[in-house]
Amino acid sequence: MSPETRPKLAVYKFSSCDGCQLAILSLEDELLSLVGEVEIAYFLEARSQTLEGPYDVTLVEGSVSTAEDIERIHKVREQSKYLITIGACATAGGIQALRNWADVGEFVRAVYATPAYINTLEQSTPISAHVAVDFELNGCPINKYQILEVLTALLVGRAPHLPRHSVCLECKRRGTSCVMVLGGIPCLGPLTQAGCGALCPAYNRGCYGCFGPMESPNPDSFAGFLLKNGTPRAELIRMLRGFTGYAEVFRSAGDKLAKTSP
Amino acid sequence: MKPSLPRVAASVVVSKASLQKVFDNMRVSGFSLVGPTVREGAIVLDELTQMSELPVGWSDLQAPGGYRLERTREPQYFAYSCGPQSWKKYLLPARLKLFSVEKENGNWRVQPAQNLVPRYAFIGVRACELSAIAIQDRVFMTGEFRDPHYARRREPIFILAVQCTQSASTCFCVSMKTGPRAAGGFDLALTELPDTFVVEVGSEAGSEMLRDTAWAPATAFDLGRATQACQRAGREMQRQMRTDDLPGLLYNNLEHPRWDEVATRCLSCANCTQVCPTCFCVNVEDHSNLKATAAERTRVWDSCFALDFSHVHGGNIRPTIRSRYRQWLTHKLASWIDQFGVSGCVGCGRCITWCPVGIDLTEEVQAIRDKAIK
Amino acid sequence: MSIAIPTLDRRSMLDPMLPHAAVIQGINPEANGISTFSLEFVDPAEAAAYRFSPGQFNMLYLPGFGEVAISLSSDPGEPQVLGHTIRCAGSVTRALGRLRVGDLVGVRGPYGSAWPLERAQGKNLVLAAGGIGVAPLRPVILSVLRQRDQYGRVLLLYGARMPADLLYHEEIGRWRQGGIEVHITVDLADENWKGQVGVVPQLFYRIRVDPKQTLVMTCGPEIMMRFVIYEALARRIPKESIFISMERNMKCAVGFCGHCQFGPTFICKQGPVLNFAVIEPFFGKEDF
Repeated sequence: MSPETRPKLAVYKFSSCDGCQLAILSLEDELLSLVGEVEIAYFLEARSQTLEGPYDVTLVEGSVSTAEDIERIHKVREQSKYLITIGACATAGGIQALRNWADVGEFVRAVYATPAYINTLEQSTPISAHVAVDFELNGCPINKYQILEVLTALLVGRAPHLPRHSVCLECKRRGTSCVMVLGGIPCLGPLTQAGCGALCPAYNRGCYGCFGPMESPNPDSFAGFLLKNGTPRAELIRMLRGFTGYAEVFRSAGDKLAKTSP
Repeated sequence: MKPSLPRVAASVVVSKASLQKVFDNMRVSGFSLVGPTVREGAIVLDELTQMSELPVGWSDLQAPGGYRLERTREPQYFAYSCGPQSWKKYLLPARLKLFSVEKENGNWRVQPAQNLVPRYAFIGVRACELSAIAIQDRVFMTGEFRDPHYARRREPIFILAVQCTQSASTCFCVSMKTGPRAAGGFDLALTELPDTFVVEVGSEAGSEMLRDTAWAPATAFDLGRATQACQRAGREMQRQMRTDDLPGLLYNNLEHPRWDEVATRCLSCANCTQVCPTCFCVNVEDHSNLKATAAERTRVWDSCFALDFSHVHGGNIRPTIRSRYRQWLTHKLASWIDQFGVSGCVGCGRCITWCPVGIDLTEEVQAIRDKAIK
Repeated sequence: MSIAIPTLDRRSMLDPMLPHAAVIQGINPEANGISTFSLEFVDPAEAAAYRFSPGQFNMLYLPGFGEVAISLSSDPGEPQVLGHTIRCAGSVTRALGRLRVGDLVGVRGPYGSAWPLERAQGKNLVLAAGGIGVAPLRPVILSVLRQRDQYGRVLLLYGARMPADLLYHEEIGRWRQGGIEVHITVDLADENWKGQVGVVPQLFYRIRVDPKQTLVMTCGPEIMMRFVIYEALARRIPKESIFISMERNMKCAVGFCGHCQFGPTFICKQGPVLNFAVIEPFFGKEDF
C-alpha cells in the first residue's frame, strides 16, 4: 500500500499500566509489516513524532478514572473513525475498578504522602461507559496475536476470528489437567473468555479472569458449587472482583455473593 | 523346544521387568512410544522411553468433579483408570494445520501442510479406549470421505492394551458393553498381576515385540488369575447406565423439564467434550497476512457447547445452555447410533470426573427416564 | 429413503478439505445484495470431471476469510459452469461480493443430497421457495425445462420480502413459456406491484394438487417451510412426498466437523435435501 493511502492508526493511553501497548510492541516481526500497511500517526509509547487526526483506527488502552480522562476520551472519539478498546482497563475498568466497591478517598489517604495532589474520580469505568466503542478486545494484557488479528481483519475487510468460548477449551487443547478437578483450586476458566492460551492453569493456578466473561457464563452454578465444596465466600468474591471484576457478569455475580453473605 | 516367538492368540507370561524389553523392541522397530505418566498430579499421556516413566505405584481416586492420585500398596504399573486425556490427542491433534495458500501472479499455490507424523505405539490402552478409537475410525475412515490426517496417524499404530483390574467410581463400561476386558483390536494386551504380566498376543506385530523377553506360555492358573482380576474391575463398577431404551428415550423427551434443570448447573465450559475420547467436533481457523496474499487453515478441537458452533446467517441455532447440553447428550447417546451404528459413549466416565461442577450424564439420563414420555 | 449422491473418484484420492481454484467468469446482480457468481475450475481436467445434481452445494473458499456452503443454482446440464446465487451478508460472502470477474475462488464439492428428480418423473411437482431459497430449486427448474415431457404439472410458488428482492425475474418469463406455472407473492408490495401479497404457504390456496401424484420440494426460512409442509399435509400429500432443504453451520461438508448435525442427520451428508418423513420428529423443535 502506498504511504498516502495507508490508514492512520492512533494508540491512546488512559488509566492503565501500558502492558497492552507493550503487547503491540512485542509483535516485533509483524510490527514491520504492520507499519507497511498502516501509518502510525499517534503512538507515544512507540514514537515521539505525532500526526494530527482524524485517525482511521484508534486503539484505546486504559480506563476512565479522572475528570480529565472523560474530556479526553470524547476528543479521541471525535478524531476516530473506528475506535477499538484494548485490554481489561479499557473494556471493563481494570484492576483499578476495585475502588468501585470501596471509598476511594480512603485509598488515596493510605497510599499517597500528599493526598491533596491526587485528583481522581470515585469510580474507574470502561471507555464504553463514556463514548461509543466499535470493537472491544479483551485481555490483561491483550494477546498480541489477537490485536494483529483484529487489525488484519480491518485491513482486509472481514470480521475478526476471535473465540468467545471458555478458557477450558484452550486448557484442554494444550493438555493441562483441570486444576479445579485436581486440586480444588478455584479457577475462573469456565466463566472466562479464551484468548490467553490458558496460561495460569498451565502453571497450576486458577484463572484470574483476565479476558472477561465468556459468551454464556453460568456464575450461579459455578459459585454455588465452589461454596458447597468449601471455598470461602470472601475468597470467591475476591476472585470475581479481579482484573475484569467490573465487567457486568463478574460484577453482578460478586455483588450477589456479597449481598447474600450470611 | 519353545519357538522363539508366541503365536497369535496365545497368552504368555512375562516378568514385569521384561516390559522394558518390549519398549526397546518397539523403539528399535521405529515406533514413538506414548503412554501414561504422572504430570502435575494426574496420569496423562506423553512420550515414554523407559517403563519406569509409567505411573508405577500410583492409583487414582475419581468422583464427579474430582480426581486425585494416591499411592498403591504394591508397586504396580497399571493400577489406575482413564486419566484426563485420551488417545485422540495423537490421532486427532487438538490443533493441526491443514494447508496454506499463496497468491502469486494471479494464481494460487495451495500447499497441503507437511505435518510430521510419527508411527505411534500406544501403551496402556484400556478396553473402553479401544472402543473409542474404533468409533473415531468410523467417523474419519469409513464414510464416503476419508480424513487423510487421521488415517495417516491411525493406520500404522501399535497398540499395547491393558486389561483393567480395577475401576474408578465414574466408570460404567460394563453398561456400555465396552469393557472392562478388551477382546480384540490390540497387538498385545497385558493383564497386570501382583508378580507378573499375562500377555495376550493380538497380532504378528505384537508377537514380534515379545522377542527376547523370556516369555513363557501362560498356565491355566495364570489365565484364571488374569480373568478374575479383570472380572473384579467389572464387579466393582459403581455406575450404570441403562441403554435398552435409547435412542428413543431421548428423542421422545426433547422437551423434558430436566433439560432446563441441568442447564442451571451446566457451565457450557465444554470440558466434557474435550476430555471425551469420541467427541470429534472440530472447527477451522483462517489466518492471513495483512494483505490476505498468504493464508492458512488450521483445524482445532471445537465443542457443541460453544455458541458459534451452530451459527447460521441471522443467529445461533442453539442459543441456550439447555439446547446445547441437550444436543451433546442426545448426540452422544442417541443420534450417534443413527449416524454411526454405535453409541458415542464408551462409559469411560471422563465427562463426569472432569466436569468442574460434577454433572453426571448417567444421572441425567436416569432423571429423564424417571419422568419420561415413553 | 435413499437419495442419489453422485460420487467422483478423485474424492477418495485427495484431502477432501483442499480447495480447488476456480475463476469467476461472470457476476450477475440479481437483487439488492444478491448476485449469481459463475465459476469455472482453473484445472481443465477438474472442470471436465465435475458433475452435480440439483440441490447439492459447494464449499466456496477465500484465503484468510474462510469458507461458506453455497447451493449450486445453475443448470446441472452444463456442469462446467458452477452458478452460485449468494447473499453478501456474512464475513466471507461480503468479501466474495467485492470480487470481480477473473478473480479466483476456492471450490470443493459438490456435497450433499439432491432433490429426487428421478422419483418426480411422471409426477406433478410443487416447488415452494422463499427468498434466496429459490436458488437451490433453480437447477430443478432448469432440469425440468430440458425434459419437460418427463414431468406432469410443475408449479413454482415463490415469494420474496419485496418486489425488488425477487430473484431471476428476467428468467421467469422463459420458465412460464417452458411450461412451468409460476405463482409469485411478496410480503410487502410497492406502488408498482400488481401481483399477490402474502406469504408463500398462502399460494397453496391458488392451486389444486392431486395428492397421490404430487411431490413437494421446498426451500426457504424454516418457519416458511413449516407452513408449506402444513399446507401440503392439509391437502393429503403424504409426508414421504415432501422434501425440504435445510441450512446449518458447516465447516467441513464431509461429515468430520460435526457442526451441521440435525438430530440423526448431518446436513452435509444426508442433507441438505431431506425427506420430511425422516426428520418429522425433529423438525420445528425449538433450538434443536
